[in-house]
Amino acid sequence: MAQELKGLDKQKLKDYWKYNVRLTTITLVIWFVVTYVCSALAPQLNNIVILGFPMGYYMGAQGSLIIFVWLIFNYAFKMNKADKTYGVEEEED
Amino acid sequence: MASVGGKSFLDNLGKIYAIYTGGFILFVILLGIGEAFGMSNAAIGYTYMGITIGLYAVIGISSRTAKVSEYYVAGRSVPAFFNGMATGSDWMSAASFIGMAGTIFGLGYDGLAYIMGWTGGYVLLAVFLGPYLRKFGQFTIPDFLGARFGGHAARTIGILAAITASFTYLIAQVTGVGIIMSRFLNLDFNIGVFVGLAGILVCSMLGGMKAVTWTQVAQYIILIIAYLIPPTVMSYKATGVPISEIMYGQVLQKIDKKEKEINANPKEIEVRELWKQEVAKIDADIKGLPASLDQKKIDLQAKIAALAPDAPVADKEKLEKALKGLPKDATEAKDKWDAAKKKAAGLSKQIKPYLEPFARLDMKNMLALTFCLMVGTAGLPHILMRYYTVPSVKDARISCGWSLFFIFLLYFTAPAYAAFARDTVLSNIVGLPISQLPQWMANWGKVGLVSFKDINGDGILQFYELTIGADAIVLAMPEMAGLPYVISGLVAAGGLAAALSTADGLLLTISNALSHDLYYKMLNPQASIIKRLTVSRILLVVTAVIAAWVATYKLTIIVELVAWAFSIAAASFFPALVMGIWDKRSNKAGALAGMWVGFLSCLIYMIGSRFYGLDIWGIKTISSGLFGIPMGFIVCYVVSRMTAPPSQELQDFVESVRIPRGATKATSHDE
Repeated sequence: MAQELKGLDKQKLKDYWKYNVRLTTITLVIWFVVTYVCSALAPQLNNIVILGFPMGYYMGAQGSLIIFVWLIFNYAFKMNKADKTYGVEEEED
Repeated sequence: MASVGGKSFLDNLGKIYAIYTGGFILFVILLGIGEAFGMSNAAIGYTYMGITIGLYAVIGISSRTAKVSEYYVAGRSVPAFFNGMATGSDWMSAASFIGMAGTIFGLGYDGLAYIMGWTGGYVLLAVFLGPYLRKFGQFTIPDFLGARFGGHAARTIGILAAITASFTYLIAQVTGVGIIMSRFLNLDFNIGVFVGLAGILVCSMLGGMKAVTWTQVAQYIILIIAYLIPPTVMSYKATGVPISEIMYGQVLQKIDKKEKEINANPKEIEVRELWKQEVAKIDADIKGLPASLDQKKIDLQAKIAALAPDAPVADKEKLEKALKGLPKDATEAKDKWDAAKKKAAGLSKQIKPYLEPFARLDMKNMLALTFCLMVGTAGLPHILMRYYTVPSVKDARISCGWSLFFIFLLYFTAPAYAAFARDTVLSNIVGLPISQLPQWMANWGKVGLVSFKDINGDGILQFYELTIGADAIVLAMPEMAGLPYVISGLVAAGGLAAALSTADGLLLTISNALSHDLYYKMLNPQASIIKRLTVSRILLVVTAVIAAWVATYKLTIIVELVAWAFSIAAASFFPALVMGIWDKRSNKAGALAGMWVGFLSCLIYMIGSRFYGLDIWGIKTISSGLFGIPMGFIVCYVVSRMTAPPSQELQDFVESVRIPRGATKATSHDE
């Protein structure tokens, strides 16, 4: 099962994982702020109104969703690039 | 068509589904022309159901397969984009399609917990699980638990949790199919359930995951077209701009103003006062049981006896009907009157502003609910297993993004639906003379989704005299927007697609857990491929029939159980899966303890808070996972540290799951 580990630089593997943990942490911090901090502050945010949308309501109904989609694509593109940088990408056919 | 899933099919996916989409739109236009030339509503309804289910059947049958990797994981050859669409319709159930907008209509801001919860969960899935499960590259979620935590014990809990969560959910989908069929085709509910069942089985039985994938893509296209058209037209009519998601901001402001007017209106205040008296009256009746029930009977009988011989027949019939409608005994009376009291009490209370946060759920409960829905989303096996079907780890990551994008299209429109519907009710319906109410209210009144009572007898509809069921918002929107019946039929076809696609995914999860994990991995590892697939197909049919049979009982508890399934999946699956990938030190003992404690603490709070008044921090039953999820993590962590570390081999296994290199390749279909 683990033969793909053979021939890989131990240090590079460590660095790759570290990079992943950092990117994951950043992603989750933004996810947390957008969901929970924005919701908790919704009564205050509602005082700002743009195009008829009170901002607290807007964040729950649309803003947070847009950020979620962006977060996932951002994570995917960065990790797909990191695979190559750290030499752990999947073999091409 | 015999080559659905074959190489030339995979190379031309974009073209094939573009032609399919164009063909479907053309079909809707043709039906519209048919309607203009006098095609009846019933004929339109039957044509929709016949054509769409027929389409799914053609895809399902032409995707038949005898290869294990195609049957379980669609040959791992589904491109990220299309896996995203398939996941979208796998995920969006009858409840999302029909009920979500109505939930927001009723709960206002607090209903957004569902919108955020059911989308934000994909972020967790994308960073914690999806890519790693693809790298692991087996067939089911219990497979992973079995491999990572060694042996049958972890796999068995995985099977149990997968089946419990998926089965309750499946019953809800089958019920949804029955409801749509019976409403739009006037079929008997039970017949609707079994017709729908045939539609589900024909998609999954012959081709397993391969067939389900390509039908789910087709179903997504229909459901999203159906969902987006009515609010777009509504927005165009109300504001002149056909983008409901942007324009409903203005509508929100109008709603806010109207609500204030309504709460200040003396007529409305009078109505609420009358409801309060009604509550007191019902309350007295309930307290006076069983004598109060007998008294009602005697009164009615006396009235009938006292009728003049030349009184109109209608009067007599009305009284006799009222007599017949009385509850049979004190227990039934209590249930009935309790429900009536609840409804009256609801109408007697002044509504809180639609846009005000935490007016209906307190902040704590709203955030807890959002959290449980998110983690539950990331822990549902029928969604997780979709990430086994893409060609590579890279694709799995991107596919999570596409999944959420396609789900997002529906979820960010749902609040617009709710806003336009609420505005229609507040601005155009309330204040109308009862005799001039629009036709759609009568149509949906027949099935009990819309009801009103002119309690103050002024012949005018007040806001507090009207009750609208959550499902009516999406179903009645085409009529509210003044669209022809062909669009109402389209919405029904969309709802059906949502229910069928989710049911297919769930059914496959259950039968795979039984045929692959239980039968092949644990009972008979020597079974031949043909035997494995045959067992799986038989289990598929058996599971589907049991689900349909349970659905015909129309148990009211089902809706509640679905919400529970989320917390159960969140508390039992999620911690073990995440720890298995992210914590090398986690071992079998820790994972088993974590799953059991997570599952049990969640279950105890559910049952305790629902039936025995258990209450911690005022958290509601639906958010029981709030306790189970952290318990699952903590117990897994602590018990693992107290026991011996996993073997070097297992630690290497974790290392290998963490890097994309060496992932199982897609199998070419033409081999």
